[in-house]
Amino acid sequence: MIEVSGLTKFYGARKAIDDISFSASKGEILGFLGPNGAGKSTTMKILTCFMPASSGVVRVAGYDVFEDPLEVKKRVGYLPETPPVYREMVVSDYLEFAAKLHGLSGAQAKKATTVAVEKCGLGHVRHRLIGNLSKGYKQRVGIAQAIVHNPEVLILDEPTVGLDPKQIIEIRDLIKSFSGEHTVILSTHILPEVQATCSRVLIINEGKIVAVDTLDAITARLRKGRALSVLVKKESGVLDGLKSINGVASVFDAGTYDGARRFSVTVEDGFDSRDTIAENLVKMGAGLLEMKSESMSLEDVFVKLTTVEGSV
Amino acid sequence: MRQILTIASKDLKTYFTSPIAYILMAVFSFIMGFMFFSILTIYIAQSGQYQQFGYGKAPGINDAIIRPLFGNMNVVLLFMIPFITMRLLAEEKRNNTIELLLTSPVKLSEIVLGKFLSALSFVCILISLTAPFMIALAIATNPDWAVVAMAYVGTICMIGVYVAVGVFCSSFTENQIVAGVLTFGIILFFWIIKWISFNSGASSVMGDIIGYLSIVDHYEDFSRGIFNTKNVVFYFSAIWLGLYLTYKNLESYTWRA
Repeated sequence: MIEVSGLTKFYGARKAIDDISFSASKGEILGFLGPNGAGKSTTMKILTCFMPASSGVVRVAGYDVFEDPLEVKKRVGYLPETPPVYREMVVSDYLEFAAKLHGLSGAQAKKATTVAVEKCGLGHVRHRLIGNLSKGYKQRVGIAQAIVHNPEVLILDEPTVGLDPKQIIEIRDLIKSFSGEHTVILSTHILPEVQATCSRVLIINEGKIVAVDTLDAITARLRKGRALSVLVKKESGVLDGLKSINGVASVFDAGTYDGARRFSVTVEDGFDSRDTIAENLVKMGAGLLEMKSESMSLEDVFVKLTTVEGSV
Repeated sequence: MRQILTIASKDLKTYFTSPIAYILMAVFSFIMGFMFFSILTIYIAQSGQYQQFGYGKAPGINDAIIRPLFGNMNVVLLFMIPFITMRLLAEEKRNNTIELLLTSPVKLSEIVLGKFLSALSFVCILISLTAPFMIALAIATNPDWAVVAMAYVGTICMIGVYVAVGVFCSSFTENQIVAGVLTFGIILFFWIIKWISFNSGASSVMGDIIGYLSIVDHYEDFSRGIFNTKNVVFYFSAIWLGLYLTYKNLESYTWRA
């Protein structure tokens, strides 16, 4: 449904996107994850034909965004970072306007508006001025605008920003309900959002893709070296003692906690050296207080991918 | 084509959902009413003097009322149109709603024409507020309807140019004040451009060209009730130029963004 290859975008001399390639198939929910300024919004603006790419090929629903922008635009629903709403318009008028812009006739637009209002839970504010609505409702109106013409492809730039927790859950459920029929790309820097909604995730940093896969696969790949946290009373010689144990890849001094010392031990692939480590620590008389394995949370994955490593 | 109307009607409605439309209409009718009233009182006083002192036939109401009234209206519109057009594209840019327009399957030309038509039709509504004056004249005297009709046609042509300039200036910036001031400056400049052609003295080719560019000069014939295609061509080319430049400017907006 969406094919991107070799996409590059320059802002003046600054490279915002650097040779990105990915694809999304029909019915999939693809999450764009990355820190601020990573190039998520820029990629989305190119996908929606708002902005031309510096180089590379982007095809949406079989149409090239540069050659056939009108055909692409017909098939895409887009929610930009700031919802593109007219403050002085009434919600239902605005949605009808958006539907008409996408080529729906008057009667069709009315029908589509009713459906979108229902889906986004805007029923009781449909006759109010958008300018008087709260930020969360404006965001919902923006989402309603993106889905009003029932597009094949939905591109949502941080769809849950400014919503309260209950609304966030509702909107996530709404987005999940699009999977199957619509292809959805959503960007976010909120990790649980990806966990909750996306079937696949694309982690992007400084204009480059650092990982594309299902979330489980990415975490699994990063977890291949298991990490242990060890708390000991005595510290002298423990660092070297730990390093000399067979299967230990690296040891890192994590500082003192209540008079005790914490060490972070990474174990090489394929080894389960917990018993040896414990045994050795006891032999050393290090005063072992605690030992536990550190699992990698989504936050760790994200931080690791976007700060330390180039790619997985 | 349908998209042009979608955008035009949305923008026209927007004038009326905000106070803009009502304030403009109120101020315009007050000023125009005041002008009509004062022109009328002067005319009545003058025609009394003509009769009293036997200077001959008093000037007709076409020359003494309709022409100055429309002349004044053009000046009032010169001041008011920047306020009407300044928000058209500047506000879309500021509120990011331009992203909705530019990612919808709508051609750029349709956006530009829609914006132009919305402001033009609003100004036409403003101008229609002067219709009661004409009805009053028709009841009291016998105006030349050709002159009245041509005065309206000429005014609409002329405000077409104003609005095209306004749309163009509005496409430049996201600041409405900047758009408004630029619009006013450009229109005013083409009003007074003829001054240099007078001052240069000799009727050089340059002087002729500058004289041709004067917006008001092309209105003269209309105000006498004459329909001259030469003037219509001038106004339509000026409108086309303004809208074409807007189109080009918007086109480059996405490249620069």
